[in-house]
Amino acid sequence: MTQSVVTPTPGTEAPATIAGGGSRRRWVLLAVGLVAALALPWFVYPPVAMDIVAMALFAIALDILLGYTGLLSFGHAAFWGSSAYVTGLIATHYGVPFPVAVVGGALFAMLLALPVGYLSVRRSGIYFAMVTLAFGQMVYFIGYQWSDLTGGENGLQGVPRKFFGIELVETESFYFYYAALPILLLGMWGAWRIVHSPFGRVLVSIRDNTQRARALGYEVEKYKVIAFVLSAGLTGLAGGVFAINHGFVALTELHWTTSGEVVLMTVLGGIGTLWGGVLGAFLAVMLADYLASSGFDGIDLVTGSVFVLVVLLFRRGVWGTVRHQWLARQQRRTSSRRASASADPARRRP
Amino acid sequence: MNAVLQYAVQGLAAGSFYALAALGLAIIFGVLGVVNFAHGAFYMLGAVTAAVLLDTLDLTLWWSLLVVPVLMFAFGVVVERLLVQWLLRLDPLYNFLLTFGLTLVLVELVKQKYGVSGLPYKPPKLLSGRVDLAGVVLPRYQLFVFLFSVAICVLVWLVMTRTRVGMIVRASTEKPDLARALGINVGRWVTPVFGFGVALAGLAGVLAAPFRAITADMGNNFAIILFAVVVIGGLGSIVGAVVAGFMVGLVEAFGQAYAPTYAQILIFVLMALIILVRPAGLFGRKEATA
Repeated sequence: MTQSVVTPTPGTEAPATIAGGGSRRRWVLLAVGLVAALALPWFVYPPVAMDIVAMALFAIALDILLGYTGLLSFGHAAFWGSSAYVTGLIATHYGVPFPVAVVGGALFAMLLALPVGYLSVRRSGIYFAMVTLAFGQMVYFIGYQWSDLTGGENGLQGVPRKFFGIELVETESFYFYYAALPILLLGMWGAWRIVHSPFGRVLVSIRDNTQRARALGYEVEKYKVIAFVLSAGLTGLAGGVFAINHGFVALTELHWTTSGEVVLMTVLGGIGTLWGGVLGAFLAVMLADYLASSGFDGIDLVTGSVFVLVVLLFRRGVWGTVRHQWLARQQRRTSSRRASASADPARRRP
Repeated sequence: MNAVLQYAVQGLAAGSFYALAALGLAIIFGVLGVVNFAHGAFYMLGAVTAAVLLDTLDLTLWWSLLVVPVLMFAFGVVVERLLVQWLLRLDPLYNFLLTFGLTLVLVELVKQKYGVSGLPYKPPKLLSGRVDLAGVVLPRYQLFVFLFSVAICVLVWLVMTRTRVGMIVRASTEKPDLARALGINVGRWVTPVFGFGVALAGLAGVLAAPFRAITADMGNNFAIILFAVVVIGGLGSIVGAVVAGFMVGLVEAFGQAYAPTYAQILIFVLMALIILVRPAGLFGRKEATA
């Protein structure tokens, strides 16, 4: 039986960016992205803008596993949420600048990911999704029961926002955005480095043909665990910033619906595109914010429907579609060969 | 001793829900290759339907045990034809995600319609109260649930092993390519099998109705424990699903009795141990690990 992974859009066989060969276009896109990140809190309510960027890193971290390693983790809320709690606890009890607390949270997430990853990579494909989901729920219950520490259903309240001697109170969300943005951008850069490193190439080879990677002498399980831990660490950075941003950590951050949400963002943006996660997070957070502000209380109804529709009709995601169109045009231009030969986004089930 | 027996019966009753639903999950996975995330939601719908039938049409549990599975079968057929079938040829993760989205929608719809507080449900008189078996006093309803679900499991097992339909389903489950090569139209069984699996989840829901709080959320955690059940039992295995279902029910009941703080966590610890020792699950075949 061959492996079963969500195969991303064509063009990621080598995990190239949309720029492909042209490095000038890559710089232009990077500049556009940076300007957008810097300008965001002018157009969007700053705390929501912060949520978007944090969720974007979350989705990107998930894509390292889903798009580049071929593993669907449905338990990433465990790392997001536990980092949020640890970050909140460090910030509350030790009064350190928030970036220190966030790094502490991320390290905790990596520590937690080690045993979870070690156990989960013993199964692959759909089993991996189920096992990570179950472990995620286990962490949720631990957070729920350990209410002395986590505040249980009341959540962890009053997380301060200290930034090297300055207390950024709630009205200063605008400044907090710029204080926290570098952490998240560094995380994204880290993700980009990971998938474009030799290590990332090995991950892609594992995704595409596990047996061959094994035959070539790569210790597949070890690579998967490392990818899992790195992904959890980046998720932890995002979760920590999220906690500081809200000054509050709710139990929902550990819940499986959070795991599902980030999967939606990744799929919506485009599996295996990395930057698609940014678009997915932007769309999902803006939609949730719009629905919440318009007084609609059935947000899961919309999220669920979007999920169903995207999976049925729009599997390439936003970024994946754009890239596919662009690649197709490129191919038409360079050769008369039909470009749509490998157009099917997902492999047939073996 | 008396207390231990009571916990055991309670665990077997709770395990009955897991066993029936996991059986449905395993059969669906076997024939369609779909891990149905919405199984917990279908379980919830079964319970809610039973409660609504009792409330509006005065249909008692006995009737619900008959009517609800039929309704759920029909609903399953609609879901398969409308949604699931389009993704059958793709990676199974896509249907996992599809049914996840469907779960969110179904749970939210029920929440909007019936609120978040539990719907009331009373079992028939015959099943209320307790029964005294040689000095051991046990709740009648839990005994009934256990016996009923064992009967259903045995019935399914007989159908699977003794009839032509069962043979085809088993062949499609275990060796789909070979079954096709022998001229069996595997595709024909896809829709009814999905409906049947959904009906089993609905049946588990009806049985749970007098026993659990009937809320829109009742299936959420249930679904995840169900995944732990099939990982423990081995997803490809029908026997494994049932045995692991009862096992998890027992772990849950004894956990709640002796270590209530850790009751929920114990199940996942059990799953972790199984993955460590037997990655394919208790009854899983080796090749399922690939």
